[in-house]
Amino acid sequence: MNAREIPLQLTQFVLVVGAAPLLAGWIGQCRAWFANRSGAGLLQPYRVLRKLFHKSPVMAHEASLLFRIAPYILFGGMALAGAIVPMFSTGLPFAPVADAIALVGIFAFTRIFAALAAMDVGTAFGSMGARREMLVGFLAEPALLIVLFTPALISHSTSLTVIVMSLTAARLVLYPSMAFAAVAFTMVLLAENGRIPVDNPDTHLELTMIHGALDLEYSGRYLALIEWASAIKLLTYIAIGIALFVPWGIARSGHWAHFPLALAIFVVKVIAAGAGLALLETLLAKMRLFRIPEFLGTAFMLAVLGLLVHFLLGA
Amino acid sequence: MSGSLGLPLEIVLGTLVLWLALALASVAVSRYPEVIRSLFFVGSLGSLALCVAGFLAITRAPQVCVLPLGLPGLPFHLRLDALSAIFIILFGATTFSVSLYTTGYLKHARYPAGARMALQYHILLASIALFFLADDAYVFMVAWETMALSSYFLVVTDHQEVAVRKAGFLYLLIEHVGALAILLAFAIMQASAHHGIGAGYTFHAMRDSTLPTGLASAVFFLALFGFGAKIGLIPLHVWLPEAHPVAPSPISALLSGVLLKLGVYGILRVVFDLLHAQVWWWGVTTLLIGLMTALFGAIYSAVQSDMKRLLAYSSIENMGLILAGVGLTILFLSYHMTVLAALALTATLYHCLNHAFFKSLLFLGSGSVLHATGERHLGKLGGLIHRMPWVAFTMLLGTLAIAGVPPLNGFVSEWLLLQAFLGATSFPHPYLSMAVPLGAAVVALVAGLAAYVMVKFYGIVFLGRAREPQKSPATRIDGDPWERAALTYLALGCLLLGLFPAVVIRIFKPTLALLIAGLPANAHGHSPHHWFLLAPIDVAHASYIPWVFLGAIGLTVLMTFTAVRILFRKPIRRSAIWNCGYPSLTARMQDTAEGFGQPISHIFVSFLRIRRTLPTADDQTPVYRSEIEDLTWHGLYLPLARAVSWMTGLVALLRRRRIAIYLLYSFATLLVLLVLAP
Repeated sequence: MNAREIPLQLTQFVLVVGAAPLLAGWIGQCRAWFANRSGAGLLQPYRVLRKLFHKSPVMAHEASLLFRIAPYILFGGMALAGAIVPMFSTGLPFAPVADAIALVGIFAFTRIFAALAAMDVGTAFGSMGARREMLVGFLAEPALLIVLFTPALISHSTSLTVIVMSLTAARLVLYPSMAFAAVAFTMVLLAENGRIPVDNPDTHLELTMIHGALDLEYSGRYLALIEWASAIKLLTYIAIGIALFVPWGIARSGHWAHFPLALAIFVVKVIAAGAGLALLETLLAKMRLFRIPEFLGTAFMLAVLGLLVHFLLGA
Repeated sequence: MSGSLGLPLEIVLGTLVLWLALALASVAVSRYPEVIRSLFFVGSLGSLALCVAGFLAITRAPQVCVLPLGLPGLPFHLRLDALSAIFIILFGATTFSVSLYTTGYLKHARYPAGARMALQYHILLASIALFFLADDAYVFMVAWETMALSSYFLVVTDHQEVAVRKAGFLYLLIEHVGALAILLAFAIMQASAHHGIGAGYTFHAMRDSTLPTGLASAVFFLALFGFGAKIGLIPLHVWLPEAHPVAPSPISALLSGVLLKLGVYGILRVVFDLLHAQVWWWGVTTLLIGLMTALFGAIYSAVQSDMKRLLAYSSIENMGLILAGVGLTILFLSYHMTVLAALALTATLYHCLNHAFFKSLLFLGSGSVLHATGERHLGKLGGLIHRMPWVAFTMLLGTLAIAGVPPLNGFVSEWLLLQAFLGATSFPHPYLSMAVPLGAAVVALVAGLAAYVMVKFYGIVFLGRAREPQKSPATRIDGDPWERAALTYLALGCLLLGLFPAVVIRIFKPTLALLIAGLPANAHGHSPHHWFLLAPIDVAHASYIPWVFLGAIGLTVLMTFTAVRILFRKPIRRSAIWNCGYPSLTARMQDTAEGFGQPISHIFVSFLRIRRTLPTADDQTPVYRSEIEDLTWHGLYLPLARAVSWMTGLVALLRRRRIAIYLLYSFATLLVLLVLAP
């Protein structure tokens, strides 16, 4: 661990946690534009969070302690995940804490808590949501792992910073295996963050919900934390995608002067990715629940194919 | 012989004698349940002593001794080396909690069940301790058989029920089919060991002799089959889901936590210690069987609705992962990739230890649930977190551990196994380099399924509301203090094994050095200054620091909690469940075990055999029933049974029950022999 880079680590942590709702606002705004609406503005998620934090929460009599601590654990887990993905610099003193596999582990950890909390009150919708969330999770998690294995094999390391460094060392080399991985990753991103076509984040129809059904019983500050955590999750996923597939422009460890430029490049990439995500969501329609295993199975097979292509072509 | 034995071996033998004495004592005091319970407590101290002996022995040179027992000319040879020591630590650490738990569990046991259990239980413990010390085929088989028989008697504790007797018989049968294969494997090795007259049965002689590859392969596959029956490899796994639910819960914990590891020990002993040559296709076969077993167990555990059956299938899954690790080790070793072999073996041993802890925890915890509610069926439980908070909290740790999420212990071994798979890219055969890393995909899928299963298990048993009316819903039923102590100990073990993996792996080091010849002394990257950091090859390759991980999440949670508390302190308003405003909501509308498993049975329908009874349109009392049966029964065992009975039917054609006909047979046989005679 390099002590001089701790401020950098803290900057990333604060930026990720602080700016994550902005990304959600940007995607919402883009979707509104694509649908020819004027939209609620970039700051809408912050307004929602402020409103929720100031309300007094309502909780069922049956809720146990697990129900109350789960939102905090979700938030903490996502904040940690956001802190260890190299976004604008590879000099992250926190990065050795968890490599790519452990990062997937963090997502599994928060998913399990979210599902358990949904089952805690004992409603039909809650347990249905938990079941569906775990269904998406158990299919998406192996796909994500295999996606991460392709660059891990290219760079002989599962450490995200090392992967990014070895991918950027070669200037704009295109790995055919990474093309498969990129498609698979996009599919996993859509599924894991509850976006169309897997889940509609704006739905009000309980029977079609996946993510939405998990936090039906939450309100007030607890709901605010959960919403914030999912905003961080989306930003983290997009950052993983950027780090794996378009890492160029990231500041190397120790290169302080490159840092503002790298930050600007990263912001531009995220803006582009957000707009792309919004476009994708506008063009696609939500699929039936039992098409999801097919969708994620395809993602898994594409990721495995990427791995095979890596072995066949050695790249 | 006392002075020359060495302390660790003396402790182990002393404990063995203590357990046998406890077994005898339980017969004497069979009518005093309080005394019987205290016997279990004394027995648990023996387990602790065994643990200490294991730690003492692991860094020492192997200690051997010859007991003046056994047959004339065939004495018992004992040896305590680093491999025995690591398994003795596992055994002692797990049975400590099981004995402690049983001290509380037997509170309601009546004569003679308690005494009988104490007798068989301590004989079982003693036989396992002897098994780990065995250094010749004779004492090995004696210990193995004693273990099989005493555990059989423990499984059929409630022998009044037919289902229990049937399950017990199945266990005994498969155990003995396996024992035959092990005996044959030893027979081949003994025949080839030229080491004096009559001494070929010692492991020492077997170690010294080198078998030709053909014979060695025969030994390997016999051992894989024999120990595989114990481990529960498909298709030999069928006894696990039958025997675990019917056995008393501490015995289920022992079966899963410790007895399955005996098979792993056996395989490790035979393959890495007694046989010298490792052939790559042994590794590939083992790896394939292991991965198939893991996937099979994971899918089946997801669709179970009996608490202990679910855990039994989950044990099959975990043993599959362990065997995959063994296969990977053989494969690496056959190409002399010692560092990677050490990594794969570390993952294997670590997973053995983890599984011993979390599966014992889960079985003991479900024992408390079973005792408190009298219900094993998931669909009739629910909401127990309010009535048994202590059990629920410890079980939550066990659930997270087995689901393989950081920072608990299940994740560590999964991580190591995945790292080993990722290292498998430089075999001389390009096809191997291509195919083996794909095993990581199966491991990832199995891990995802395990998380699904454990959310189902925990969510349905402990969360939500009780699905059936309960006798006195307001009372706490949080288990006996002994039971809670045992559960807490195991949960703490899961946490510590998860947080400080580098410390644990350093304990494995002598074992790795013993089993992997030519391992560089400082291979493995965990040099002393890295006690806090887990990095299998080096830090740039991969690293994981669980305690910082936990600390960071803990700190963030604490900071968020404080900030939210200070900034926004509107009080929580308690009200009825909202449920989107739907008015009439009953506890029976929550997801059942079948409902939760439905997506899995939908996706993996071709792996399962599902029998559905659906109601018709004008049914007065509509019944919906769906039963999921093990494919192996209909795919293998029942056809096999039919084939056997068909053949015996053919033989029956010869039997005419007339003496004249039998005389005719003798006459014909004589004629044939005369014709054939030279």
